Amino acid sequence: MSSFLVIFIIIIYLSVIFYVAYWAEKNSKSKWVNNPYVYTLSLAVYCTAWTYYGSVGLAATSGLKFLTIYLGPVIIIPAWIILMRKILKISKANKISSLADFISLRYGNSRFLGALVTIVCVLAIVPYISLQLKAISETFNVITDHKTITNSIVNDTTFYIAILLAIFAAFFGTQHTDASERHKGIITAVALESIIKLVFFLIIGIYVTFYLFNGPSDIYNQASFLPNFKSQQTINGLEGGFNWFFLTMLSMIAIMLLPRQFQVTVVENEREKYLKKVIWLFPLYLLLFNVFVIFIAWGGNIVFQNKNVDADLFTLMLPLVNGHELLALIVFLGGFSAAISMVVISTLALSTMLSNNLIIPYGFLTKYSKGKSSENTESIKNIRRVAIFTLIILAYFFYRSFTLNRSLVSIGLISFVIIAQLAPSFFGGLFWRRASSKGAKYGIIIGFLITVYTLIIPFTVESQLLSTSIVNNGLFGLKFLKPYELFGLQLFEPVPHAFFWSLFFNILVYVIISVIIVGNYRERNFAEMFVDSAKYAELHENAYVWKGEAYVSDIKQVLSRFLGEERTERALNLFYMKNGINVENPIADARLVNFSEKLLTGSIGSASSRILISTVVKEEEITLSEVLNILDETKKTKQSNVLLKERDKQKDEFLDTVAHELKTPITSIRALSEILLEDDEVDKETKNKFLSSIVTESERISRLINNILDLEKLETGKEQLDLKENSIENTIRKSMDATKQIADNKGVKLSFNGGIDSLLIYDEDRIEQVIINLLSNAIKFSKENYGEVIISAALKNNKGEVSVVDNGKGIDPNDLVSIFDKFYQSKNQTILKPVGSGLGLAISKQIIKSHNGEIWAENIIPQGAKLTFTLPFKLI
Amino acid sequence: MRKILIVDDEPNIVMSLEYIFKKENFEVFIARDGTEAIEIAENNIPDIILLDIMMPNVDGYQVLKYLKGDENLSKIKVIFLSAKNKASDIELGLQLGADKYMSKPFSVKKLVKEVKELIK
Repeated sequence: MSSFLVIFIIIIYLSVIFYVAYWAEKNSKSKWVNNPYVYTLSLAVYCTAWTYYGSVGLAATSGLKFLTIYLGPVIIIPAWIILMRKILKISKANKISSLADFISLRYGNSRFLGALVTIVCVLAIVPYISLQLKAISETFNVITDHKTITNSIVNDTTFYIAILLAIFAAFFGTQHTDASERHKGIITAVALESIIKLVFFLIIGIYVTFYLFNGPSDIYNQASFLPNFKSQQTINGLEGGFNWFFLTMLSMIAIMLLPRQFQVTVVENEREKYLKKVIWLFPLYLLLFNVFVIFIAWGGNIVFQNKNVDADLFTLMLPLVNGHELLALIVFLGGFSAAISMVVISTLALSTMLSNNLIIPYGFLTKYSKGKSSENTESIKNIRRVAIFTLIILAYFFYRSFTLNRSLVSIGLISFVIIAQLAPSFFGGLFWRRASSKGAKYGIIIGFLITVYTLIIPFTVESQLLSTSIVNNGLFGLKFLKPYELFGLQLFEPVPHAFFWSLFFNILVYVIISVIIVGNYRERNFAEMFVDSAKYAELHENAYVWKGEAYVSDIKQVLSRFLGEERTERALNLFYMKNGINVENPIADARLVNFSEKLLTGSIGSASSRILISTVVKEEEITLSEVLNILDETKKTKQSNVLLKERDKQKDEFLDTVAHELKTPITSIRALSEILLEDDEVDKETKNKFLSSIVTESERISRLINNILDLEKLETGKEQLDLKENSIENTIRKSMDATKQIADNKGVKLSFNGGIDSLLIYDEDRIEQVIINLLSNAIKFSKENYGEVIISAALKNNKGEVSVVDNGKGIDPNDLVSIFDKFYQSKNQTILKPVGSGLGLAISKQIIKSHNGEIWAENIIPQGAKLTFTLPFKLI
Repeated sequence: MRKILIVDDEPNIVMSLEYIFKKENFEVFIARDGTEAIEIAENNIPDIILLDIMMPNVDGYQVLKYLKGDENLSKIKVIFLSAKNKASDIELGLQLGADKYMSKPFSVKKLVKEVKELIK
């Protein structure tokens, strides 16, 4: 295929990707950009050109071992629902913008640790990026049939592609100064590329399996005659098992800690609940990607048997040798998209780390503390842009100047092992309070040095064809220092071997130093917050890890150097409102200081923002117990606030109902009297009817007002009960006399069902009020002329018990409790409103309550309601 | 003769409105709750309905929604008469398609004027 055609297609492809990113950035609120599917697909940046070509290469040479790279993620991702949620919560609360920021913050805003993590990441990832460039370049040469490799940069297409990628990453990666903001354009483009690479890989997989061969069993049969076939497809006993185990562990760490994975999973996460999709969808994606790997590898082994073809290029060569150039182009584009997503996200992540955790904290703080906001933000963006270009160009020259003749997989795995050195401090920091910054520091350094000795040095020696004596004989000729068999450990292959020893010493040092040397107060407070993140959600919000003295005006000045006056003002106002802080107060409290720190973290990293803010505040040490005390107090205030709000709401509702209940009779009075006033022709009968209605409605109003005042007195305990020894039978008789008239009017039979009289202590007027209320309710709900109301008194469990039973239609079971609420009206009420204020039972309940008694309602069989109250023998 | 439907669960309010609109030569229908109101409206198609909001079972809002959703009934003029007089209540009532919202207690004279104007 002609190189011009391929270049032309690459340009079209890149334009589409650029356009999609541009569109997504413009429409960042669109549901096409914000959904769990885009998020899940963006995680597939894990599958790089290495997956595209290297997996096949590895499968062709060493069988099923390639699976370990995907098994790790598949095993760990379901646990994300807990683990990653915790990480997301902490990161969002603290505006974390990278892995370095996360670790640095956990260990008390440690500037050194942030820088160390950054350096480790750069060292691990730059060669890995150069690998992607190598893959692009090699496949480009294969597809355009270039036999010779160009020596001049000017003629190298890969160079221009690298520059284009740098422009892309720099443009879309620095839209905001705050690096914890999401980069919607880049992420959407990456998600699209994830679809492209998967679909294209499936196409080639199906092509090889079903077109070149007659399905999986055909390939298997043919491949099984190849030499080494059997040993490749087995795990290889205990030794092989260990290798499998450690490689799987390694990829488990990689899926979380590779800078590009942390970027897409944590920094770019829009909503926590997206995880629910990820935990099944992403493993499914990986599974789909790997279905055909082994078949392509076997197919390649069969077709290119005894021919000198690099196994890494099987995917591309298979269609090419069969004359299917279009398919080869598809493979090329799939691999290309896998490579460029990785390059873009990795450089984005690394550039943020470089600027926020290395360059700014060590070089630009003094400058920024004097500069103007527009200059500062532009300078921050420029640092990141320069970092992106530098990283990509560095990677390009790395690929040009080293003969990277090792397979894609081995270099990828080396960078995994380096990144794995961050695992103890990262995970330890999440779950172990005692973990300290010194422990983390030395652990990482030791682990890194061991990786260099056991993996990077021998690897370089071998690949650059230097003297191999150190590899074969050990340092200084000491056998136990042989890099691939440190301390005589011969069980493992090089990568698991290096992984084992580096992590072993890393963890050992980390644990021992953490146990011996206690971190400072700041570190311990952050440790508490990270480890117990759920409990300290509020602590994150208003993080009380600070005590001291500061002026609002000073802090404002620092903030406006980065955010500008207007944004600072807006952010602070919002903060004041949310926390109910007085704007006039010139002294900043702890919450403001911590809020300001967080506000800057996204722009310049947590360590720098800590340093900048501390220049304007006089800080005192605060112990953990103090933090906990303050926290407890805030919790209590919050709870009582909720209670107060609830009470306010109830009060509002009550007032609304009172207003309504008062307005109703007034409406009648007004309408009726208006008619009487205006209309001279009203006949005598109507006039009388109207006037008596006005009287009734007026009575209704005064009854309501009295009841409300009564209830208020009882509820607030202002009412002094007139407690005396009284005969309950007497009181019942009195109440019956009072209600006899209305019972007679309605033709309802009212009777007292004896029982034993007893002397109880109570306020007789009040209890009479209760009994009258119960009796008149019972009468009201009884059938005219058929009704029967029976009142009885008894002694039960050292209590006097009075109950009123009617034979009406009973109470709706849903209302049995709520009828004692103020103004409660049953949903199933009949058409006519029962006459009454709606407060009778509420008042009765209050009266009984103030006598330490109980009142309840129940339905009886066959028909009717029973209301009962009790009075204790002895009050209190 | 113009037909008016009065919907309220307060007998004395109903009594006064019934008197005044009979005097104004309306044919007066009365409903004590939402279901009854819908039934009468369907059978008699009044020109205007005076509608209370807070009623047991089906409330005034629901009645209005029903009316607006029915081809034959949607043209009937509706005045809400309610003790609820918060801005949000009034807005909701008008949004649902009421022609007028009058807070209780209201002036009878003014109500008559509004009714006449609406069905002119």
